[in-house]
Amino acid sequence: MLKVEDLRMHFPVRSGLLLKQTGAVKAVDGVSLELGFGETLGLVGESGCGKSTLGKALVRLLNPTSGRILFGDVDITHLSQSQIRPMRRDFQMIFQDPAESLDARMNVRSIIEEPFVIHGMGSREERKKWVNELLDRVGLSGSSAERYPFEFSGGQRQRIGIARALALKPKWIVCDEPVSALDVSVQSQILNLLVDLQKEFDLSYLFIAHDLSVVKHVSDRVAVMYLGKIVELAGSETIYRNPRHAYTKALLSAVPIPDPRVKRKKILLEGDVPSPIDPPAGSAFGHRMNHPRYEETIGMDLSLREIEPGHWVAADPTCLNEADWEKISG
Amino acid sequence: MSEISLLEVNRLITSFETDRGLLRAVDQVSFKIPQGKTVGIVGESGCGKSVTAMSIVGLLPQPSGKILGGEIKFKGEDLLHCSEKRMQEIRGGEIGVIFQEPMAALNPVHRVGRQVAEVFRVHKKMGKKDAWDAATEMLALLKIPAPEKRMMDYPHHLSGGMRQRVVIALALACRPSLLIADEPTTALDVTVQAQILDLLENLQNEIGMSVILITHDLGVIAETCDEVVVMYAGRVVESAPVDELFGNPQHAYTKALLRSIPTLDTPPKSRLYTIPGTVAGLGEHTYGCRFCQRLGINASISRERPPFKEVTPGHWLEICKNCSEL
Repeated sequence: MLKVEDLRMHFPVRSGLLLKQTGAVKAVDGVSLELGFGETLGLVGESGCGKSTLGKALVRLLNPTSGRILFGDVDITHLSQSQIRPMRRDFQMIFQDPAESLDARMNVRSIIEEPFVIHGMGSREERKKWVNELLDRVGLSGSSAERYPFEFSGGQRQRIGIARALALKPKWIVCDEPVSALDVSVQSQILNLLVDLQKEFDLSYLFIAHDLSVVKHVSDRVAVMYLGKIVELAGSETIYRNPRHAYTKALLSAVPIPDPRVKRKKILLEGDVPSPIDPPAGSAFGHRMNHPRYEETIGMDLSLREIEPGHWVAADPTCLNEADWEKISG
Repeated sequence: MSEISLLEVNRLITSFETDRGLLRAVDQVSFKIPQGKTVGIVGESGCGKSVTAMSIVGLLPQPSGKILGGEIKFKGEDLLHCSEKRMQEIRGGEIGVIFQEPMAALNPVHRVGRQVAEVFRVHKKMGKKDAWDAATEMLALLKIPAPEKRMMDYPHHLSGGMRQRVVIALALACRPSLLIADEPTTALDVTVQAQILDLLENLQNEIGMSVILITHDLGVIAETCDEVVVMYAGRVVESAPVDELFGNPQHAYTKALLRSIPTLDTPPKSRLYTIPGTVAGLGEHTYGCRFCQRLGINASISRERPPFKEVTPGHWLEICKNCSEL
């Protein structure tokens, strides 16, 4: 349904008196992926790896630098805002902080109704009925409609955000950290709601989060992103049981497990994610680990290869064990 | 608990003066922090865990925050009745504090070095040069690369993880005997969280301090704490050694909390357990069992405050018959 080819999203870095472009932040640097009907693709990575930028570029809140975004057979990569507006019915976004993404001066009815108004749908009476149905569907009472966002708790606000995203019956939704600001007991309610809605409306999700347990819970497939590139992509069970890329392994080993009897050896990474302004020439993660074979990766094609059916991993000698590297390169 | 307690909090009551009257955020909370151990305080937002911590170090928002009862004993000294001058010595000296948001704890207009050195100048009465050297050493201890250079940076030059290291350096500068860490890794990535927790554990062993770790992340609790205090709506509902709490949780709220988190082992897209109801607002709390209140269990049978007792050695529990069967 959705196909992304070699997408790049670079932001110019300007400096000096004349604000000449002196470099670029390569937030998303050559990402290709596909999203099927009713599927959830999880996207994980450290902050600054470009996962939110990718999400925003896919719903065209940003204008991609290069590459292609195909929605069905329509290329939406470079459509103008007026061309894209009628298509926006099909793709929506749920944001991390519902307090910031809901207009504080609008009541809940106006917030949820707005998409209908923009797309000129329904009479006043019909819209009222639709809003009430949506509120009911996300588990809020009809009386909520006349209240304002500040009167709600974080979990309830996220429900409002979900109702707004659902209003136009979209085909796919980018969920950008939808539960990371919520308490665990509220988080489980929202996750259940998202899973239910997906079944009911046959929705596809691109689910962005830094909590790997949450991502695994909701996703069919998971993509791991590092410094603007996807380094591993596989079914969610597979990637957790049998990660191939060194970065995925490190990321998984860092997730704290809520069971004191489990004692694991953690892979501690040194330092932070390197800056996307001036990324290393070769393997970004090999560079972070000071891998002895790093020099070899400069100029090498590090794109994803299929190591097992449906399991894709970057062909990077610094990040794979020897057997996997031989399988992939030979 | 046979170990000597470094800190004892007994029946602490902290309230806030608001337009709606005096609201009790912490309602008779009791726990002990043994020497050299890490105690986790876990609970949802608004359960009073941070207010408890702020009460210990006398940093409640003023003028609204008031401690109305109970006692806080640190090495036998009553912290509720000591002078502000003494409190200032203790804070940053014998008790270090780390907050969730490192940017808020650092002064944006001063260089990192000056801020860390200040601790040594104030608490250890060191001269400029000695304090600077001690601060550099502290940054090195926290594995901050090129500490001499970082000393000259401003906080906004540093990444989130590095900033949190600087905040930890501030808190640990005087080798405190107690460290209070309020959500120290919540704003950080898992990989950086793992680094920071590992670092804290090593430093704890080195300095021999006790740690109060406030978090809502049960995974972090399981991996780093010796004992756990579970708070709900301003009260401690259960406290126990970590293996006991996870292996044999007794209170309905603790059980519910443990069941509602997805782990790497739960089947994908399966239904997660959800706790019915919502936490009541501060002004609406019942005197009886507050978890019963949330679950909507008939309030008439739970008007009495459930007793808080030691059920097995070291395992304390608020005993409520009405919700315990769930």
